[in-house]
Amino acid sequence: MYAVTVFTQLCIYAVLTLSLNLITGLAGQVSLGHAAFFGIGAYVVGVLTTHGIPFAPAWLVGGLVAAGFGLVLGSISLRLREDFLAIATIAFNFVVVAAFLYLPYFGGAYGISGIPKPLGNAGFPLLVLATTLGVVWFHERARASDLGLAWMSLRESEVAAEAVGVDVRRFKVTAFVLGTGLAGLAGGLYAAYIGVIRPEDFGFPLSVTLLAMVAVGGMGTLWGPLAGAFVLGGFAQAFAFVHNYQLVLYGLLLALVMRYRPQGLLGKLG
Amino acid sequence: MTVLEARNLTKRFGGLVAVSGVHLRVDAGELLGLFGPNGAGKTTLFNLISGTLRPDEGEVVFYGEPITHLPPHARARRGIARTFQVVQAFGELTVLENVLTALAHRALTGWLPLGRYDAPVRRRAAMELLERVGLASRAGERAKNLPLGLLKRLEVARSLALQPKLLLLDEPLGGLNLRESEQLLEVLLALRGQTTMVLVEHNVRMALPVCDRAVAMDAGRVIAEGRPEDVRRHPQVIEAYLGEGEDA
Repeated sequence: MYAVTVFTQLCIYAVLTLSLNLITGLAGQVSLGHAAFFGIGAYVVGVLTTHGIPFAPAWLVGGLVAAGFGLVLGSISLRLREDFLAIATIAFNFVVVAAFLYLPYFGGAYGISGIPKPLGNAGFPLLVLATTLGVVWFHERARASDLGLAWMSLRESEVAAEAVGVDVRRFKVTAFVLGTGLAGLAGGLYAAYIGVIRPEDFGFPLSVTLLAMVAVGGMGTLWGPLAGAFVLGGFAQAFAFVHNYQLVLYGLLLALVMRYRPQGLLGKLG
Repeated sequence: MTVLEARNLTKRFGGLVAVSGVHLRVDAGELLGLFGPNGAGKTTLFNLISGTLRPDEGEVVFYGEPITHLPPHARARRGIARTFQVVQAFGELTVLENVLTALAHRALTGWLPLGRYDAPVRRRAAMELLERVGLASRAGERAKNLPLGLLKRLEVARSLALQPKLLLLDEPLGGLNLRESEQLLEVLLALRGQTTMVLVEHNVRMALPVCDRAVAMDAGRVIAEGRPEDVRRHPQVIEAYLGEGEDA
C-alpha cells in the first residue's frame, strides 16, 4: 500500500513537471510560481467538496480557476522581460499562499481537512494514473504539433518567430493557460488523495523544486520532466530526513546543472 | 504593379529622427537595393515595413491596402518575409525544423493548432526549399552549429517558406567572406523575377550591380533614387559616403 501511495504522489509530481514543461521547457517562459496553481486547484477542490459538491465538477472547476489565473499571469508576462517575469511569478506564489493563510473560508494555517476521496483506495490511484497518462499523451501531442513548434520558435527568437507568422503573444498565453490549468488539475487530485491541505504545501520551495525537476531532467523533452518527477521526487520520499535541507539540495542541483549541463541530464547534446 | 508603398514614413527615437518623411515604392518582380551609410535609417525603415516598429507618421501600403496597424506576424502571413542583420535562427531547432516553423504559418489560426508540424507534405516542401539554398545535406543538424554563411542561407529558405510576395533582406552579405557572399548572391539571383525583393546592403560594390533599381538614404531621408549606376554617381550619395571612406 505504501508503494501505491508513493507512486500516486510521484504521478502528481509528473503532472506538475510536465505542465511546467509546456510553459518553461517548450515556450521558454520562466515560471517560479507553478506551485501556486497547484494550490489553487487543491483549494478549490478542498472548499467545494467539503461543502457537499461532488469531486468531478469541483475538480474541473479547480482546473479552470487555475487556468483563469494563468491567463492573467500570462497576459502580464507579455509586458515583462525574462528576469522580471521570474520575479512576477515568485511574487504571485507568495500572494497566493498569503491568500490561503489570511482569507476566510481557507482555514488559515490549519488549511482544510476532511476532504473526501472518491473512488476508494484502489480506484483513486487509478484516476491519478489515468490523468498522468492523459497529460503525457497531451504533452507529446502538443510537442509534435504546430502549437509546440510555435512555442519552441518563440523560445528561440521572438523576433524571428513573429517574422514567420507566429503570433507570439497568443501562444505565450496559450502556454500559460494550458500549463497552469493542468497544474490546477494536479492540485485537485492531491487535495482529494491526501485529504488535508495547508498553505505551506504550495509555497515557493515547491515551485523551485518543480523547476529543478524539469531542468535537471531536461527542459523541453518528455523524459526529462518525467525522470525529474520520479527520481528526484522518489529521492525526497526515500530520504524524508533531508526534508529540511530539500530546498538547499534542489537549489544546488539546479545551479550545478545550469552550469555544467544546461540542457539537463536527459537533454540532447547540441 | 506596385507591391509596397511607404508613404511619408517618419520614426523618431527620442530626439533622433531615424526615418524622416520617407516615400518608397517597390514594384512587382524587382530587386530594389537600399543603400546608405551606417545610421542612415535603412534597418529602421525595414522594421517599419515588417511591423517590428510602428511609425510616428505615415502609412505602409501593401497591394493597395494599408497595413500600418498590423503586427509583424500578420504582415508575415500576408507575404512580407524578412531576414535579419544579426542572424535570428532558431538555434536549438534543426535546420529542417527552422523551415517547418515558417511552413506552419497557415495552420496557426486558432488557439490550439494541434496538427502535426512535420506532416510528409510539409517535410517535402521544407526539403525542397533547403535544396534551393544548398542546405539539404544539413537538414538534421541543429541550427546553432552552422557557420554564419549557412545560417544566412537558412534565413532565406525560412523566408521563402512563407511564399513571400515581398522579401526584405537586411544585410545578407554582412559578416560573410567573399566566397560565402558570392554563394548567397547566387541564391538570391536565382529568385529574381519570381520574388520581389528589397535588399539593404553595406557591401555596395557587390550588391549594387545586381539591383534593378536603387534607393540611397542618409540621415533618415531618401537622397537619391533610380538606376543603380546613377545613384552611385549622385553627388549627395558620394558626399554621404565620404565620411566612411570605403565602398561607394
